[in-house]
Amino acid sequence: MYRYDTYDQTLVDERVAQFRDQMERYLAGRLSDAEFLPLRLQNGLYIQRHAPMLRIAIPYGMLSSRQLRALAGITRRYDRGYGHFTTRQNLQLNWPRLEDVPDILAELAQVQMHAIQTSGNCIRNTTTDQFAGIAGDEVEDPRPWCELIRQWSTLHPEFAYLPRKFKIAVTGADHDRAAIQVHDIGVRLWHDDAGGLRAQVLAGGGMGRTPMLGDVVCEDLPWQHLLTYLEACVRVYNQFGRRDNKFKARIKILVKALGIEEYRRRVEEEWAHLKDGPQTLTEAAVESARSHFPEPPRRDVSEAAIATYQQLRHDDRAFARFVTNNVTDHIVPGYKAVTLSLKRREHAPGDVTADQMEAVADLADVFGFGELRVTHQQNLVLSDVPVDEIEALWHKLQELGMANPTVGTLNDIICCPGGDYCALANAVSIPIAQAIQERFDDLDYLYDLGPLDLNISGCMNACGHHHVGNIGILGVDKKGEEYYQISLGGNSHDNASLGKILGPSFYREDVPGVIDKVLKVYVEQRHEDEHFIDTYRRIGIKPFKEHVYA
Amino acid sequence: MLSSALDRFHDALPETLPGSLLIKQGQPSQDAWHLSRDEEGLPAYRPAIVPLTLWQRHGDQEGLAPWLSSDTVLEPTLVDQLLRAPLIAIDFPAFTDGRGYTLARLLRERHGYEGEVRAIGDVLIDQLYYMTRCGFDALALRDDQPLEDALRWLKPFSVSYQPGVDVREALFERRLRETS
Repeated sequence: MYRYDTYDQTLVDERVAQFRDQMERYLAGRLSDAEFLPLRLQNGLYIQRHAPMLRIAIPYGMLSSRQLRALAGITRRYDRGYGHFTTRQNLQLNWPRLEDVPDILAELAQVQMHAIQTSGNCIRNTTTDQFAGIAGDEVEDPRPWCELIRQWSTLHPEFAYLPRKFKIAVTGADHDRAAIQVHDIGVRLWHDDAGGLRAQVLAGGGMGRTPMLGDVVCEDLPWQHLLTYLEACVRVYNQFGRRDNKFKARIKILVKALGIEEYRRRVEEEWAHLKDGPQTLTEAAVESARSHFPEPPRRDVSEAAIATYQQLRHDDRAFARFVTNNVTDHIVPGYKAVTLSLKRREHAPGDVTADQMEAVADLADVFGFGELRVTHQQNLVLSDVPVDEIEALWHKLQELGMANPTVGTLNDIICCPGGDYCALANAVSIPIAQAIQERFDDLDYLYDLGPLDLNISGCMNACGHHHVGNIGILGVDKKGEEYYQISLGGNSHDNASLGKILGPSFYREDVPGVIDKVLKVYVEQRHEDEHFIDTYRRIGIKPFKEHVYA
Repeated sequence: MLSSALDRFHDALPETLPGSLLIKQGQPSQDAWHLSRDEEGLPAYRPAIVPLTLWQRHGDQEGLAPWLSSDTVLEPTLVDQLLRAPLIAIDFPAFTDGRGYTLARLLRERHGYEGEVRAIGDVLIDQLYYMTRCGFDALALRDDQPLEDALRWLKPFSVSYQPGVDVREALFERRLRETS
């Protein structure tokens, strides 16, 4: 993974010094609340319902075991001994003390981490495919490109006060696992017929109050121009995005208002001046970025070892379930990626205790070359496990409670912190997730249902990505009471789509029953082996509506 | 060193300072320019920074310079006029309005304006670094901003990833140059 050189280290160290002084000036009353607000947000610090919340950046989800151990220590010393992995591949602390934050940032800097631009109206952490570099359908490893984008966007002098937050996602595979269509900018790397690397650039996707899918701005940008083109895209947004209404300030509203043709025209006009400028990438610059993501020193895995693994999978039903759901094929024969499920009934989705972080860090050292990935489904991944070690890893994960063989099923719920923690939320979301996980805990039923994304957000800011859940649940507030609106048909994978609202919202206690009714319609109507999303697309929302509201 | 520079600055302050606290080329400074936000008519004093539309009507007069609102679009005819201005001020109606950064870069990098580009309005100390990187060489601090803090935090970073008006080379290029 990317390792800092003295320049990167200097920059984060200087950032800590800067923020320490800003905090001192704030606490001394020399900076007002309003003026401190964007400064603290751009260092990941929110003032939340119970306490401040600190969002730590995990650039494109890559984390080392050393960093995870440091995070464990930080949660123990400065928080309540746990952290929350988010849908944007970051880690949130829910209970830090305001005045401790500069010290926390200083400790993060010691392990090459920071909280820069994890919030605020600026370019946020760039996210990508959790199987980057190891997926069979990959044409280009997106991580070096994410790193180049990270550097370009970090402390960008022109784009620290954008109209609103700005999120970029990158994929380099045939199948989109980074949900690029619901980001402010989505980048898909692909090869043309001559083998030249190109980028498809999408703009104007996003969730929140007005969910939209991104439109294509450029189909075939040559790789050299990625940064200058992004600069043109963001510059047009900075100049022309709405600033009069917070709810209409995202780039999606600008792209919709101008039309994609006019937005593209302005971007191209801007880019004409930036093209071939000092941020034009060279072969050497890209090679240098790539050199940070070398193939790990994998060993040979014998045919016999692979056969033994297959036999075990055949003989042991529980192991087979784990492999089918939580183990992903790898580009190198004999190796697999293993997903550690953070969806456990006794914990909120994405929550990990300090002890568990340390245990996972140890597993990463033993089974995964000391590296981990955070997924936007709020799980963790060990990306390079030889098949003859998967059984041993599985036993360790069972002890840790992270072997739930439910990745990709209804039970693998994406969920924001919701009203239990977040000051923005209209309603709680974690108890809803837990109630659903409790109701649908029969593995045979979950497997029979097949791949199914159920996403929960506690408010329309959509941190739980409810718009792109096959089943989406949104907490709404009606005259001080919590209700839940259910939508169907969202999809964040290929052919992304936004869910449609089923109808009037429900009481909290009725939600699991409503989900049950929705699933019954699917099971009755599906063709053989048809996934939920495909059945929904075939039959539409009407049969679901009729049954639920009968 | 900082405090003695400040002392010299305070000693040199006239009784009536035309504008607010000013930092020019990284130094505390003062000058003769008055700022007028009156859209209706020219002020009596000179030299004066006046709204763009007024300046366009009276731009041939000595001692007048325009200030641009943050939503200004740099159309070619406007750029032709601006290139003749002795100074261009860019207004920050709120410190959260980031359009001025783009305007300054465009004036410097695209249009090659070499005169003074001055930030006016809601100019706070924690923005000065980005402003400088975008090409502002004169920073008219909001009245309540402590000058000492401002000078201390003019350049909180000794390294930057992106090229700006200050450093024209992206860090990835610098690294390659230094290792080759």
